[in-house]
Amino acid sequence: MSKSKSAYSFSNKKEKLDTHIIVVWVDNEAGVLARVVGLFSGRGYNIESLAVAQVDEKLKISRITIVTIGTPQVVNQIKLQLRKLVPVHKVADFTREDKAVIFKEMALFKIVGPNNKLESALKACKKYNPILLDKTKKSKVIQITALRREIDKMSKDLKKFGLVSVSRTGAVAMTRGADIFK
Amino acid sequence: MSKLYSGAEIVFKCMEDQNVEHIFGYPGGAVLPIYDELQNFKSIKHVLVRHEQGAGHAAEGYARSSGKPGVILVTSGPGATNVVTALTDAYMDSIPLVCISGQVPTHLIGTDAFQECDTTGITRPCTKHNWLVKDINDLAETIHKAFEVATTGRPGPVLVDIPKDIQFQKTKYKKPKKEKKLNGKSHNHFSQNHIDQLIDLMSKSAKPIFYTGGGVINSGPKASELLRELVYATGFPITSTLQGLGSFPGDDNQFLGMLGMHGTYEANNAMHDCDLMINIGARFDDRITGKIDEFSPKSKKVHIDIDPSSINKNVKVDLAIVGDVKTVISSTLKNLKQKKSKFLKSNKQKTSKWWEKIQRWRSVRSLDYIGSEETIKPQYAIERLYELTKDKDSYITTEVGQHQMWAAQHYKFNKPNRWMTSGGLGTMGYGLPAAVGVQVAHPKKLVIDIAGEASVLMTIQEMSTAVQYNLPIKIFILNNEYMGMVRQWQELLHDKNYSESYTAALPDFVKLAEAYNCVGIRAKKPEELDDKIIEMLNTDKPVIFDCMVDKVENCFPMIPSGKPHNQMILGPKDQESKKITGKGKSLV
Repeated sequence: MSKSKSAYSFSNKKEKLDTHIIVVWVDNEAGVLARVVGLFSGRGYNIESLAVAQVDEKLKISRITIVTIGTPQVVNQIKLQLRKLVPVHKVADFTREDKAVIFKEMALFKIVGPNNKLESALKACKKYNPILLDKTKKSKVIQITALRREIDKMSKDLKKFGLVSVSRTGAVAMTRGADIFK
Repeated sequence: MSKLYSGAEIVFKCMEDQNVEHIFGYPGGAVLPIYDELQNFKSIKHVLVRHEQGAGHAAEGYARSSGKPGVILVTSGPGATNVVTALTDAYMDSIPLVCISGQVPTHLIGTDAFQECDTTGITRPCTKHNWLVKDINDLAETIHKAFEVATTGRPGPVLVDIPKDIQFQKTKYKKPKKEKKLNGKSHNHFSQNHIDQLIDLMSKSAKPIFYTGGGVINSGPKASELLRELVYATGFPITSTLQGLGSFPGDDNQFLGMLGMHGTYEANNAMHDCDLMINIGARFDDRITGKIDEFSPKSKKVHIDIDPSSINKNVKVDLAIVGDVKTVISSTLKNLKQKKSKFLKSNKQKTSKWWEKIQRWRSVRSLDYIGSEETIKPQYAIERLYELTKDKDSYITTEVGQHQMWAAQHYKFNKPNRWMTSGGLGTMGYGLPAAVGVQVAHPKKLVIDIAGEASVLMTIQEMSTAVQYNLPIKIFILNNEYMGMVRQWQELLHDKNYSESYTAALPDFVKLAEAYNCVGIRAKKPEELDDKIIEMLNTDKPVIFDCMVDKVENCFPMIPSGKPHNQMILGPKDQESKKITGKGKSLV
């Protein structure tokens, strides 16, 4: 009898959590990001990363890419709730496993140390399109673009070469091929 | 060249074009230019409330009883924050409100100016949308859009924040554009296929039930008419949520009464045992479903709702029909008539056993209570009130608590838009100002706020509004000196530790009425109740009716926390054997 769950609570059943990448096209107006982010925090949804910028200067459309984790029911609610917001034009939803979609994050690494370590750091980044943005005798700033987990890994691996600072963006996404999301 | 209007004038020009007749408001520094223009717009009548929360609830009562959006005008800072409760209430119960708030001049925004607050920030989560107008050229368009957002789709509150300098600036007035599209957010997303599936499910079902909600009311009076037609055409039983009461006649044989936490035994058991549940404009609220894992385990569920995000939010359904209730029912009826013209006949046999079962549940008479000759039982008071007013097309508002549930159980509604109550948010203090708004919309009708003494004190100052505008509202207080519902939960869950739920030093409500220059009536004994109610009804002034009721009566039947529909507590005796223990205790 005491095992009963709340009239307030959801099901006991543990549902699988999936990572989803939600892309939202919005009017670039004051407060629009607060509306989107407030919806997530207000309804208890997760935000793992967030990337936002205006993508159409003429129509003043911004594209918000949100990486979130939730049960299928919650992810579905996120989409439906987002679509209700007045400045939202369309909402796309991709799973991380989706082969038809490209996901990329960018990271900047600052390495400080002796030259040989700087070189090793650059070498370690080789797989992730490294670009040397700044170079002094004692330091290097390297930019890479990669997946989240790859950047996670690099942030760890580069420590031994003198990594002192990391700056990274949220994920952005785009479908492969000629089709665009409507 | 066309005439230039000030921002303040444009506010009223927009209201004129939106056919606004009444606004509820309270002046202050940041809206003075708008108040200054009020006298030049004779078609718009302003109702001065005594607190901005009262303006909000009055506008809700106005909207819910008339089908038109309620309009609020408040000042910046405290004016705006005071209206937040009402906006949230309207958001939860899908009531169309347009709130115009003043703001400090644009150059002072962000400087912590006098009576400045981040109004759009504060109201963002409790409105459908809000706007801060920083350019006079956007004002007219924004206000027109505000009305459109508030009234279309699933209705709700919106807010337009207008800095004081914008109210002074001048520009041309823009009329509302017709047929605007809100980012393609249209409302009917169902096809013939959906209707065919619904009819197929209906014709196969042996244990069907309609479960209807506030969406039917919001869809307009025509939706209620069509619902009645559909229910009679199918012969199915129907139950309603708190917000849906009135969309189907409360005294009809096919109506099982309200469902949910304090719903009837027959309604809840029918929901639990049915094989087909047709949800029309309700949202599987937790007060309705009880324990979600055991909610109606054997049924196919159909959900008809205008809001796609209501689908599969709390309960997974088998068939979702996204659309306006009126359109969906109308289409269903049409198809039913064409394809299954003998539906009622063929279906009667199939559902006869189901009806027998329902009759057995009914015979439990779950709304019965133990009468008394010494004290007025609150249920008895509502029953008498109903009997003495049922021929009057009366409008009932309530506060929140036991009295609200007793009103829902014992007052029978036959028409939509006659029942105004705070369901989703459960706002104590809603009923009195709501009654003010209802009476403004329907000056000749009988408007009664069925109240509790604790709730009504939260917004009692609005009596002054009622007196000022000669609004003869009747405040019918079931006075048990306790926050009754709190006391009931403490009795059930907290070993009768009545922590802070007794109100000592209550005012003398009769004298209070006199202080407000309206009429106070008190009833203490059952035998005097009828005469006093009649006296109240014959008084053409606002009345505070202090009905002294049994202090420890509990509201039954009840689904206790953490229980499914088929484990109701029926009355005081039953309560002992189904005591809530362990985990159930922590659930509000």
